[in-house]
Amino acid sequence: MCDRERSVAMEDFWAIVLAGLKVWVCLIVALLMVPAMFGFSLGISETYMKILVKILEWATLRIQTVNKEQQILKSSSFNGLVQRDDGSMEEELRGLRRSRPKPPVGGDFTLSDCFYFYRRGIEDIIEDEVTQRFSSEELVSWNLLTRTNIDFQYISLKLTMVWGLGVFVRYCILAPLRIMLASIGLTWLVIGTTAVGFLPNWRLKSWLSEWVHVMCYRICARGLSCTIHYHNKENRPRKGGICVANHTSPIDIVILCNDGCYAMVGQSHGGLMGVLQRAMARSCPHIWFERADMKDRHLVTKRLTDHVNDKTKLPILIFPEGTCINNTSVMMFKKGSFEIGGTIYPVAIKYDPQFGDAFWNSAKYNMVSYLLRMMTSWAIVCNVWYLPAMHQQEGEDAVQFANRVKSVIAHQGGLVDLSWDGGLKRAKVKDTYKEEQQKKYSSMVVGSEEDRSSNSD
Amino acid sequence: MGSTNSTLSKIPNVEELVQETGFTPAHIVRLYDRFEALDKEKTGHLRPQDFGAINRLAINPIGDRIIGAFFSPGQETVDFHSFVRILAHFRPADKKRPKDPSMPEPVNSRTSKLKFAFQLYDQDKDGKISRAELLQVLRSMLEMQVTEEQLESIADRTIQEADLDTDDAISFEEFRKSLEKVNIDHKMSIRFLR
Repeated sequence: MCDRERSVAMEDFWAIVLAGLKVWVCLIVALLMVPAMFGFSLGISETYMKILVKILEWATLRIQTVNKEQQILKSSSFNGLVQRDDGSMEEELRGLRRSRPKPPVGGDFTLSDCFYFYRRGIEDIIEDEVTQRFSSEELVSWNLLTRTNIDFQYISLKLTMVWGLGVFVRYCILAPLRIMLASIGLTWLVIGTTAVGFLPNWRLKSWLSEWVHVMCYRICARGLSCTIHYHNKENRPRKGGICVANHTSPIDIVILCNDGCYAMVGQSHGGLMGVLQRAMARSCPHIWFERADMKDRHLVTKRLTDHVNDKTKLPILIFPEGTCINNTSVMMFKKGSFEIGGTIYPVAIKYDPQFGDAFWNSAKYNMVSYLLRMMTSWAIVCNVWYLPAMHQQEGEDAVQFANRVKSVIAHQGGLVDLSWDGGLKRAKVKDTYKEEQQKKYSSMVVGSEEDRSSNSD
Repeated sequence: MGSTNSTLSKIPNVEELVQETGFTPAHIVRLYDRFEALDKEKTGHLRPQDFGAINRLAINPIGDRIIGAFFSPGQETVDFHSFVRILAHFRPADKKRPKDPSMPEPVNSRTSKLKFAFQLYDQDKDGKISRAELLQVLRSMLEMQVTEEQLESIADRTIQEADLDTDDAISFEEFRKSLEKVNIDHKMSIRFLR
């Protein structure tokens, strides 16, 4: 008797579980996938974001009141760690030498000169402009994620409870949902593009391929809880052009492809990525290179030029920085993509770090742990600005053109425009820079050439 | 408690460091993050090459000497405690501290900062900056930009100005005297913003 009762109870249990699963799947399809496929929104994510913003504001106020009681100083939103004197070498050295009488010939050496270099050196040891761009931006106020908690103070029980609830919601409710959505999105992408690939080359094929791509990227975006605001849509990249953007993470591709179809450029991988790449290439032309081919710049330029010159092909998406930067600055643009001669459509992408840090620190996290971190943040919120098309002007070489585009993107996105090469995070700097510093200093010690020549008469 | 930072617990003897150097726990955490970022091979120690990877430091004319200041003679690695202790020299002086002659000189006082800068010149640590040592520093700061005669004349002039007991070398007292008008605390201090 007991056994039969038990087996009946088990069957009932499984029936309930199955029914629950069916309801769950129907809800997902209706509320998340259908809107994603057809591009309208039911307003669920907007409500979620509003609630989230209210909670974070409340948390910030609580932390501020406690800090005020303990009289802890909080600085402004400047992202540096140490205070830097912005004076040039000449100004600083003159300040150090102020107490001495002015020498007859331009130029002087004092024992205190080295203080300037010493201090600069120590400042750079604690924090330097380049290395700081490869770690995540610090927030002004805590956003209830442990990973961004720097000041580790216990504030109040309420705050800790809200944080605990946040952990539960993020890891147990949102993360599984997002993982499921992302896998559905990617699977659909592979199946859809392969299916479209079987059609003969009609106009219908390209329209369908675009629709499949955008739909699947929208599902992936829901899988990361992305809220994207597009600005200046009239400047959107057109066929036969090159779209250029600043690079923060692999998610940039999902962000941009939510609003248009692009041809990707990159190295062909094996494994899961390879399956994805081959499927995508079946439905519309992308540019995938073998590893050996990437070294051959001539070949790379030729393939890109051919693609650009064919006006029926989609605009190419290129990230000229070549590496992921932490979204506070834009680093040197490699000139390769600017030598091709097509129309450049600059795009600026700025993430809002309050809801989740999108920067991929490839030294610290591999792709899988990075994606898991993304899926357990609150949300990814970003702004995308489409900037007016730019062409290479008369008498301007590729490097100058690249710098011009870079400063436009930095200006729009509110990012710092740096001229350092992002590749420097792995390589050493050239000796010519050191000689420049020495030259500058020597003009203050022995006087510049003009001083010396005028005195020798 | 999940909302506390786990980095602080990773650092051994934090209270001792706070006492000795005067850095706040938050600053020590940031310095530890920086130490870990520089220690790419995760050995727990830094070698001169790890400092050499900092680009702006590599183009600093006296970059090598600054790196050398972190390593005691004969040592090839520096651990986190020594790293923080050296950096403590650059903390702004505590203005509110009463002058207590029985307490040892704090590591970031004007005298300590001057001593630290003196060691930059006095590489053999004999308490005097000889003409040869001064020439060495000048050479590394100016390298190929000036001639050897110019370097020698600069060295001669500097020693003439500072050397009061005419022993052709600059002792620590003479060094201190020649810099008495310079605002050391301002020029040799690093201020943390947060």
